[in-house]
Amino acid sequence: MVNAADPNAIRAVRVIIARAKRWDMFFAMLGILSLMVGVLTFSVLFLDMAIQGVPRLDLEFFTSFPSRRAANAGILSAWVGTVLVMLVTALAAVPLGVAAGVYLEEYAPKNWITDIIEINISNLAGIPSIVYGLLALGLFVYYFGFGQSILSAGLTLALLILPVIIVATREAIRAIPQSIHEGSYACGATTWQTVRDHILPYSSAGILTGVIIGMARAIGETAPIITIGALTFIAFLPTAPFTGEPPAGLFDWIFAPFTVMPIQMFNWTSRPEAAFTVNAAAAGFVLVFMTLAMNGLAIYVRYRLRKNIKW
Amino acid sequence: MQIPVGLEAGVEGAVLKADVRELDFYYGAFHALKRVSMPIHDHMVTSLIGPSGCGKSTLLRCFNRMHDLYPGNRYAGGGIVLYPDNTNLLAPEVDPIEVRMRISMVFQKPNPFPKSIYENVAYSLRVRGMRNKNELDDRVESALKGAALWNEVSNRLKELGANLSGGQQQRLCIARALASDPEIILFDEPTSALDPIATASIEELIIELKEKVTILIVTHNMQQAARISDFTAYMYLGEMVEFGVTDQLFIKPQKKATEDYITGRFG
Repeated sequence: MVNAADPNAIRAVRVIIARAKRWDMFFAMLGILSLMVGVLTFSVLFLDMAIQGVPRLDLEFFTSFPSRRAANAGILSAWVGTVLVMLVTALAAVPLGVAAGVYLEEYAPKNWITDIIEINISNLAGIPSIVYGLLALGLFVYYFGFGQSILSAGLTLALLILPVIIVATREAIRAIPQSIHEGSYACGATTWQTVRDHILPYSSAGILTGVIIGMARAIGETAPIITIGALTFIAFLPTAPFTGEPPAGLFDWIFAPFTVMPIQMFNWTSRPEAAFTVNAAAAGFVLVFMTLAMNGLAIYVRYRLRKNIKW
Repeated sequence: MQIPVGLEAGVEGAVLKADVRELDFYYGAFHALKRVSMPIHDHMVTSLIGPSGCGKSTLLRCFNRMHDLYPGNRYAGGGIVLYPDNTNLLAPEVDPIEVRMRISMVFQKPNPFPKSIYENVAYSLRVRGMRNKNELDDRVESALKGAALWNEVSNRLKELGANLSGGQQQRLCIARALASDPEIILFDEPTSALDPIATASIEELIIELKEKVTILIVTHNMQQAARISDFTAYMYLGEMVEFGVTDQLFIKPQKKATEDYITGRFG
């Protein structure tokens, strides 16, 4: 179309290209702006919190119970509660979620019943967390009689993140090439052998990502925990294993009353004294740090797991 | 039962290993194999040729019941009888896992598991319950030797299978298929993802392997069928057009349709 020997034609083409490239520029700018809205907002929030809170952080802050005097107040019961609740959540949600995901991908027949189940799992992820709190209040706290305990809270959050883990498990399994799948069956493997020897090992990195995303959501949840009746002022720790009233067992702590980090923060922000706001900022910083540390760990473990997986 | 074309020609001393009898197969509503019949001779290489979509891979995947993995696939009539025990591989009461224990498969694209070279080969033994380390070592070594790979990998058995070259990966997959001492190995276009040198080594290997095992191979490449197979079947649109001794089928095909295909007038 363009005759290279004709300087006018070349000039004309350059004009067209320059005009077209202006749109490239425009969208690149738009993209950067959109990105900045998210990144800057988070950075400013985080920095503000860090500036306010970090000077308040010392060892005592982590080893003190809440107090009426802001200077003496700490997050001991809150971070211990958060860690224990997360432990229960993970122990409940990971096996259930992975098993359900594996069943749906590898075992379940493809019919209208499994279609309905699939659609509903995605919907479950969108249900407001307070609804899970109400369900848990009726089911765990009263019906099963677990009380306002770490167990109830852990199971509630486990329900909340179960869909996330199921969906992540299924996606991780689908990322395994069909040829690997068929290769295993062609060797004479049963479905369980295929799952145990191939599907789970090769999808573990993806599943782990889903677990962490779920846990990161759970760690910040406040509404369902308040709904099941977590206390806001706790000046004792859950019973350590084998130290409670006889017969003391390993898991006495799961029935203990508790509080968690977001509730502690919420409690402090609702106090009139400015010093408590500083406490809240410090606790918020710790909470964000915990989440980021979890994500960091996930990235590292994922990298280690993926290193040996090439198709 | 209709005797497949070319069977009466026979070959001195050839023993039947399997017999496809008037097999009908459906993908959902699509009639993919239409009353297909053909013999598979023991310790011979039989190749399936034909244009894309003719049903040759579909037929191959009937032999190890690969179709059972997906919903909507249906064996609708006839069967595949395996000798000497006269088992119909497609009978509903026959466990597909038992079939796959007897008949192994090498795929189009090399598909080593993301495990070590050793574990790739050992896997077909492990699913058969073999736990003894020495026995595993011996069987892995002899399978790798059988697949002409041992010399290249004997000092790096712990490395990932995926670190090998494409041709080596395919030979690793052949070793995996060979390790369990199968009666038949199915090859589904095993060289279509490989360069000519790797292809030549795989072809050489297939010819050597028929000492040990019966081979059924799907290939897009007619020269390949002519080079390595004793018998050739030409399929078109889900039907078995012609089956015969490879040399006869390529030199003097009985059917006009076969002649058109092998002379490149179509397909």
